[in-house]
Amino acid sequence: MNNNYVIEAENLTKTFGNFTAVDSISFNVKKGEIFGFLGANGAGKTTAMKMLTGLLSPSSGKATVVGYDVFSQSEQIKKRIGYMSQKFSLYEDLTLYENIRFFAGIYGLSNSQIKEKANELIHRFQLEDLRKTLVGELPLGWKQKIAFSIAVIHSPSIVFLDEPTGGVDPITRRQFWEMIYETAHRGVTVFVTTHYMDEAEYCDRISMMVDGRIEALDSPTGLKKRYETDNMDEVFLKIARAK
Amino acid sequence: MSSILIKDIEKSYSDCRSLEPVNIEVNEGEIFGLIGPDGAGKTTLIRILTSLLIPDAGEAYVMGLDVVKEYKKVRQIIGYMPGKFALYTDLSIKENLDLFAGIFDTTIEENYHLIAPIYSQIEPFKDRLAGNLSGGMKQKLALSCALIHKPEVLFLDEPTTGVDPVSRKEFWDMLRDLKKYGITIFVSTPYMDEAKRCDRIALIQEGKILGVATPKEIEDKFNKELYAIKADDMHLLITHLRNYENTHSAYPFGESCHFAPKGKFDIEHLTNYLKEKCEKEFEIAKISPGIEDSFIELMVKEDE
Amino acid sequence: MKKLLVFTKKEFYHIFRDKKTLLILFGMPIIQILLFGFAITNEINNANISIYDKSKDFQSQKLINKILATNYFKLHSYLSSDSEIEETFKTGEVKQVIVIEPNFTENLNKEGSANIHIISDATDPNTGTTLINYTSSIIRIFTNELNNVAMPDFIIDNQMEMRYNKSLKGVYLFVPGLITVILMLVSAMMTSISLTREKENGNMELLLASPMKPIIIIISKVIPYLLIAYIDAILILIMGKFIFGVPIVGSLLLLLLECALFIMMALSLGIFISTKAKTQQVALMVSLVGLMLPTILLSGFIFPIENMPLPLQVVARINPSSWFIIIVKDIMLKGAGLELLWQETLVLIGMTVGFILLSIKNFKIRL
Repeated sequence: MNNNYVIEAENLTKTFGNFTAVDSISFNVKKGEIFGFLGANGAGKTTAMKMLTGLLSPSSGKATVVGYDVFSQSEQIKKRIGYMSQKFSLYEDLTLYENIRFFAGIYGLSNSQIKEKANELIHRFQLEDLRKTLVGELPLGWKQKIAFSIAVIHSPSIVFLDEPTGGVDPITRRQFWEMIYETAHRGVTVFVTTHYMDEAEYCDRISMMVDGRIEALDSPTGLKKRYETDNMDEVFLKIARAK
Repeated sequence: MSSILIKDIEKSYSDCRSLEPVNIEVNEGEIFGLIGPDGAGKTTLIRILTSLLIPDAGEAYVMGLDVVKEYKKVRQIIGYMPGKFALYTDLSIKENLDLFAGIFDTTIEENYHLIAPIYSQIEPFKDRLAGNLSGGMKQKLALSCALIHKPEVLFLDEPTTGVDPVSRKEFWDMLRDLKKYGITIFVSTPYMDEAKRCDRIALIQEGKILGVATPKEIEDKFNKELYAIKADDMHLLITHLRNYENTHSAYPFGESCHFAPKGKFDIEHLTNYLKEKCEKEFEIAKISPGIEDSFIELMVKEDE
Repeated sequence: MKKLLVFTKKEFYHIFRDKKTLLILFGMPIIQILLFGFAITNEINNANISIYDKSKDFQSQKLINKILATNYFKLHSYLSSDSEIEETFKTGEVKQVIVIEPNFTENLNKEGSANIHIISDATDPNTGTTLINYTSSIIRIFTNELNNVAMPDFIIDNQMEMRYNKSLKGVYLFVPGLITVILMLVSAMMTSISLTREKENGNMELLLASPMKPIIIIISKVIPYLLIAYIDAILILIMGKFIFGVPIVGSLLLLLLECALFIMMALSLGIFISTKAKTQQVALMVSLVGLMLPTILLSGFIFPIENMPLPLQVVARINPSSWFIIIVKDIMLKGAGLELLWQETLVLIGMTVGFILLSIKNFKIRL
């Protein structure tokens, strides 16, 4: 196992009965990379992510995340990763502080650590007044940003983001990506899926899944060169249509 | 007669203002886009127009019918595709379509020509239960059910949310094809790039309408010069630009940064500044603003 | 009209495509009646008893034969000493010990009285009491026979109620109670869940934005559950009659009509619940706690209403199930006709109308 790789997948496969959701994918993700995991709906992205985050066992093939095997050591993996998705981020009927405390607790932080990190987070976003506000009352943009901070509160080596900016206003979207940049800068690997093609440009490398297989894996510049176009939208169209 | 007329519509929920006075007029046969992020009030407005919610103030008319007082008539002539998939998951494609045809006292055959380009793509699977369809297929089925009775006005609430760019493009191609039947289409979306495919749009943010115009007119609302600057490290570039004295705004837009100068733009001055900051290779090109640029600008103005 | 047909067909699809629902609607009644009929009975049959006959003479033998001739008791052993009584109870194999004093016959003839000591294992007080009751009544009959007193029209029959046992045990009562429970379950609970599900899934949003009249939506949901509830009721009656011999003494037609009335009442109640409940969970909870529990516990089905503390009695009197159980019981077991049951019927009609009106008032034509 190469210490520079946070994810190593080799012929990773998942079948459900006759249906092959993920068809023997192989790829590596470097430490500190912003890795974009793209693909159409139903291409197998979510299934692949679930395997990498220890939520689903592979049918065959192998993969390691932060050095642990996804099949036999999924519990170890869960302790060392962060996760955030569009569908669920925070508990709406708990206050801001309670949410932070809850998730930090789940990630195994001690009480003093929780206090310290919570205050740090609240201070960074200047949310002192909102400490006791129910998260449900916060605007969506704030929720997503806070959820992201909470996802990395335990300093994981890698954070998985599942369409984190869906439906969010353009300014917040960009602020979110600034947070991603800062996080990657600190050495945390970011594994992100998105449907916004301009966000694909912000990644160091991108993989595109079509019908369960990885059809392309390269930097945005590399992909644009290969498909002879100057924007990622076209790249996506060409790859998806080729099938 | 405008097909949709919204006059000073307001709506509040408990203590939060969902819609501030909204005024929009939509022409017959138009594709009208309501563009804005989640929580902006798009669904609330559409629900008022489809007679599912009563506004706190103001009036709205669909094809001249008052959505509150004449709701029964409104419900005869509109087609609706809600934000969440609302068809029956334990009925097949064909059963769902038959059901909605029955609701509107028509048959699939009667208006088949209208839905054919859409329905023909899922027709091979007509006996499959709706719950077992992929996202794209569900979309097409929901659209077919909304069109089966040849409505005069079609309301689509975020029909492309969570869908990949290819399917989104196909969906909008289908919508444009519907124009020839003269159906007014009122569609909401958080995707700025879809705004360009509408005849006219309204930008909405936190319950306020930031502007109602054609896409081009909205772009023109960005009344500063705009430049696209490319560099190797986007993040660093943005930081430098934000610290530059003549910066009005600097936002990442994919592979380049959109930069708007505060005052007169001096390209040499900027070039020197960036070189000083050790930016090695960079390109500066003048561009015309897009919808998203305008939206951001209008958002910021609103906050001030 | 066509819309109604189309929608009713859809409702049938929903029901028949959901295996879990089908199990509840058809499996439950069958399982329940078998359970109640065979397994759960307050009667006691074949209770093991030991007899310590200190007389061993003609009359004592006659009495013992009479006791053992019934299905209630099974002879475990004859005891021969006092100490054996405690030991036998300790083994737990015996529920009652009957001790007949010495010189039983002689005492009866000479003094006209004799003593019998009945000892019941009262670690389960219900069983203990019941067995003593059984034994006492047998002894009473024996006494009457000795005195040649004419027997009142009272037969100790395995299946009919004990004369002085107000709580009416036996499968005869379970059938009316079961019909009530099943009808309440199918008509009220399933209907309320079905309507609320449309709200929860978002289907209702789409239906409201269409020319569908709410009344058609409601009726289309009601018809399948009406039919199924009826089938269940008939199923229970048939099983009751042919498996357990429960008679229908009164008019079958009246019984079926009253069933229809109760079903209508329960349906309108289910619809009313659905107008208030936002999610299926809420509808389920309200139905279970607000309807099923009172139907099982506070309707006179298992526990007699007269024995309840006053506040619960009040609740029981408001409970529509209590009224319906009386109707079914009286028709089935006593052959009562409408002239005796008009009050109860009127109450049910009133409740039905009330719930329908409430439902109409509360049904939201918008979100």
